[in-house]
Amino acid sequence: MIGRSVRRLEDPRRLRGEGVYVDDVHLSGMLHATVVRSPHAHARLREIDAAAARAAPGVAAVFTAGDLMDALRPIPIRLVPDDRLLRYLQHPLAIDRVRYVGEPVALVVARSRAAAEDAAERVEVGFEPLPAATDAGSPPPAALFDYTPDNVASLIEEGFGDPDAAFARAHRIVRLTFRTGRHTAVPMETRGLVAAPDRGAAHGRGRLTIWGPTKVTHFNRGVLAAMLGWPEHRIRLVEPEVGGGFGARGEFYPEDFLVPCAALRLGRPVKWIEDRVEHLSAINHSREQCYELALALDPDGRFLGLRAEMTNDMGAYLRTHGTVVPGLSAGMLPGPYEMEAYRCRVRCVLTNKTPTGTYRAPGRFECNAARERLIDRAARVTGIDPVELRMRNLIRPERMPFARGTTILGEEVEYDSGDYPHALAEAASLSGFPSRVRGEAGDGEAPDGKAPDGKAPGGKEAGGRPAARYRSGWGLACFVEKTGTGPFEGARACLDRSGALVIATGAADLGQGLETCLAQIAGDALGVDHVGIIVRHGDTDLIPHGVGSFASRGTVMAGNAVHAAVSQLRTRLLERAAARLETEVSDLVIEADGVVRGAGGGSCTLADLAAEPGLETVHYFRCERMAYSHGVAVARVRVDTATGLVVPERIWLLYDVGRVVNPGLVAGQIEGGIAQGLGGALLEELRYDDAGQFLSGSFMDYLLPGTTDVPSIVHRDLGGSPSPRNPLGVKGAGEVGIAGIGGAIANAVADALGDAEGDSDRLPLTSERVWARARAMEAAGSPGSPRAPGAPAAGAGAAAPA
Amino acid sequence: MKPAPFAYRDPDTVDEVLALLAEHGDDAKLLAGGQSLGPMLNMRVVSPAVVVDLNRVKALAGRGGSASGGFVIGALVRQADLEDDPAFAAAQPLAAAALPFIAHRPIRNRGTVAGSLVHADPAAEWGGVVLALDARIEVRQAGGASPRTVAAEDFFTGILETAVEPDELLAEIRLPPWPEDARWGFREFARRRGDFALAGVACRFEVDGAGGGRSVRIGLFGVGDTAVRARRAEAVLEGETPGPEVFAAAAAAVQDEVEPLDDGHASAGYRRHLAGVLVEDALADAWARNGGDEGEAA
Repeated sequence: MIGRSVRRLEDPRRLRGEGVYVDDVHLSGMLHATVVRSPHAHARLREIDAAAARAAPGVAAVFTAGDLMDALRPIPIRLVPDDRLLRYLQHPLAIDRVRYVGEPVALVVARSRAAAEDAAERVEVGFEPLPAATDAGSPPPAALFDYTPDNVASLIEEGFGDPDAAFARAHRIVRLTFRTGRHTAVPMETRGLVAAPDRGAAHGRGRLTIWGPTKVTHFNRGVLAAMLGWPEHRIRLVEPEVGGGFGARGEFYPEDFLVPCAALRLGRPVKWIEDRVEHLSAINHSREQCYELALALDPDGRFLGLRAEMTNDMGAYLRTHGTVVPGLSAGMLPGPYEMEAYRCRVRCVLTNKTPTGTYRAPGRFECNAARERLIDRAARVTGIDPVELRMRNLIRPERMPFARGTTILGEEVEYDSGDYPHALAEAASLSGFPSRVRGEAGDGEAPDGKAPDGKAPGGKEAGGRPAARYRSGWGLACFVEKTGTGPFEGARACLDRSGALVIATGAADLGQGLETCLAQIAGDALGVDHVGIIVRHGDTDLIPHGVGSFASRGTVMAGNAVHAAVSQLRTRLLERAAARLETEVSDLVIEADGVVRGAGGGSCTLADLAAEPGLETVHYFRCERMAYSHGVAVARVRVDTATGLVVPERIWLLYDVGRVVNPGLVAGQIEGGIAQGLGGALLEELRYDDAGQFLSGSFMDYLLPGTTDVPSIVHRDLGGSPSPRNPLGVKGAGEVGIAGIGGAIANAVADALGDAEGDSDRLPLTSERVWARARAMEAAGSPGSPRAPGAPAAGAGAAAPA
Repeated sequence: MKPAPFAYRDPDTVDEVLALLAEHGDDAKLLAGGQSLGPMLNMRVVSPAVVVDLNRVKALAGRGGSASGGFVIGALVRQADLEDDPAFAAAQPLAAAALPFIAHRPIRNRGTVAGSLVHADPAAEWGGVVLALDARIEVRQAGGASPRTVAAEDFFTGILETAVEPDELLAEIRLPPWPEDARWGFREFARRRGDFALAGVACRFEVDGAGGGRSVRIGLFGVGDTAVRARRAEAVLEGETPGPEVFAAAAAAVQDEVEPLDDGHASAGYRRHLAGVLVEDALADAWARNGGDEGEAA
């Protein structure tokens, strides 16, 4: 059962339109909410006059901070809480100051969303604008919090060894400035909530049920309970079908308090569905980092030391992730390489922009890209082939488990298993990665000078140094991925009266195929077909403790919990069967169809055994150390130097995620991750102007990759290194696809256009940035060209009818 | 993302449409395909008192060849109607070539040519196309006044502004007969297929008996506050023997004459550069293309 690409059990209902998403929840007497948001990046909040809005047709209530003052509590940090950060937390409604465009200032509840939006336009808010801090890298024109004039919420220091000594004896020091743009996850389904109080709930009786939470329902139940001053058992969070999360969806946001609070105060169900315009400025942003890197190498190209100064733009408040994202960057920046010394200092800077949190491979998409660009630059400077340079420095398999010397999520990083050099060798071989041995002058760009049809552009022969408008580039990136974050996940297993195996867990399904994966693991443990197994999740009433789905942890944590719970159930069940069939447990087999047969010919069904109650087990799987997947991403791109358009022509991804439960599900994770990575590398950027106005409020402005932007993908599971840290030997696969894409693309573009010390790298590589770089390359006299007219253009950008 | 309240009217005849426009003027918006108006309503960028739905007015849905050999496009003709019409491709190869670049197919299924023109987004393909084709746009108003015909180059008056007054209806677009042996090119640059172009060009020219370019028309879009003719570039080619040097000179002229805008999608300098690249490429395409082939494709 484990290891087969069985079809997803979730798909039939979703493909038939039978899945129930939060907007499909319709309740009698239900009201609709909309959030009044700040149009200012930074302003003092004076009086709010909601009288006209309250008098508008169909309006049930308008809630301002003044109305809810007794109930407003800051939203706490979920991961790695730190008391020093408490003063930067966000309240569900702005109290006396707004700090980003999109910050909630009031909630309007009405008979329909349209009526609520009509009334919202009548809420008069007195704003007194203040200067806005929008650039984390420059001295701030304004302090977001008066007690922190430099806007630095936190400093993180990470490292090992003696970098001064390492740099003192360096043969060469290679430097790089690298930036990643501000991105967000953009799940296909926006957020949404329906909160329904029992009849007595407003008077302290009965319960409150909320549909729409996901990812971390048990934690969010605790947050809401604390805010309301209620015991947790009076709150039930229910996860419906979910159209994607990617880290951003499912955290406790302001609306996760406002909507239930409104429902309680009104004594009626309230629905809020986030629209896409508000989504882009309300949901967590991520990724906006700037690195100043220096790498010390010995004469053989061995890494002696790595130094990093990093600035992470946190946005206006610290949300549920606190400073976890920059912490992950600092802890994972050394990646899969040996080095004697490492030092990283991170400034976590508040700005008047949307607060930030995690987005698929948080902190690692960024740090992997920065490190791998640095290594390619080192290859160019030293004249060592980039594959060879990496080979000389990758951690060798005999060094496993490898103590990295850094800490993430409060845990010492120790890679558990993996053959990193093998992965790189396979990647180079499979992709046909060209040799790039260079002199220090940076010559030998090896542009192929050809247009996509293979002809030289403009009909000229591509001999000598052609005026190549189109240039090819190759790039790769090695990475290690942390997966399977603890501390625990639980599973309940029981047989219902029909004999069906029913699993309950606190993990969440965000579309990744959790039900199928856990059913396969359960079927394997019990020895029956996975198809009849029922996996329930996403309801805080199912199981008292749950952690959730994030950090590539579902298969590792919930998977092992299910495996253990079902294994225990199997033991109990076989004991019962042995008594019934008057034989020994060792003589029994459970067949795939659920019939238990004894050696003597007797048999009974699981339903027979389940007729009497008691076949129930619970197991909480705990893991002290994470499992580390690894891989290599390779990109081949074509750059049109005349327009700056970068067309990724092919992506290769080789990975080792330990034992694979369902290769088809892993493939989905890999391919989806690659597509999102290409978005971040080439297209997506959340932009603000200098006054902090948000400029990316629609899909016309925030460019997601579509089908025509994703090239042919070749991926291969290298297998070979199951995790020794859990009984199933599994590692997480959810973030492996995206983790190396930024680095591979950035390296491929630099390979095509040249790369000089002092060049600043920045993702996304928009066509205009690439064009500017191509122009600079021409000005510097590198080979390559003014444009060749009439060359056939292809790909998304420069397009002409055939 | 819910529109502000509005009254909805769906008249059956052009006269009723014009009467409603006469009554409501600026307070009314016409709905054809809704591909621009719909989002603008939902985002409350516009809040008209009355939405006048044209979709029942059958008289506006016509398209086809005219007596003079041109092609007439009624106000309700969808982009996809033309895209799927072989007669249109045969009669108007340049416009037909531009169609697949207009947004995405689901948008072309609903969106109309007339709607695109009156919306007058400076980056819309049709702006460059009607300029290159020297199209005529027929505008009607209430009160028995005879229809007004506006030349393409008088049509665009500013960002999202045209010569059509609030009480007027763009009734049809007339593309003149396609000159035999005309050469044409269409190029645009967008970061993703289907996005509004950062710059684009539609061009057409003929070759006179002496081998020189004549009747050169170059329509640019996405490089200013309206679609615009590249008159200096046209003049470069007029009377000159087409070829790479002339095309490069035309590109340089375009870069001199355009006045692109700086916005979040691209800087003015980048758009200016792209305009030159695209004009040069489009002219080269046109030159490489045998002007007679399109006729045979009919």
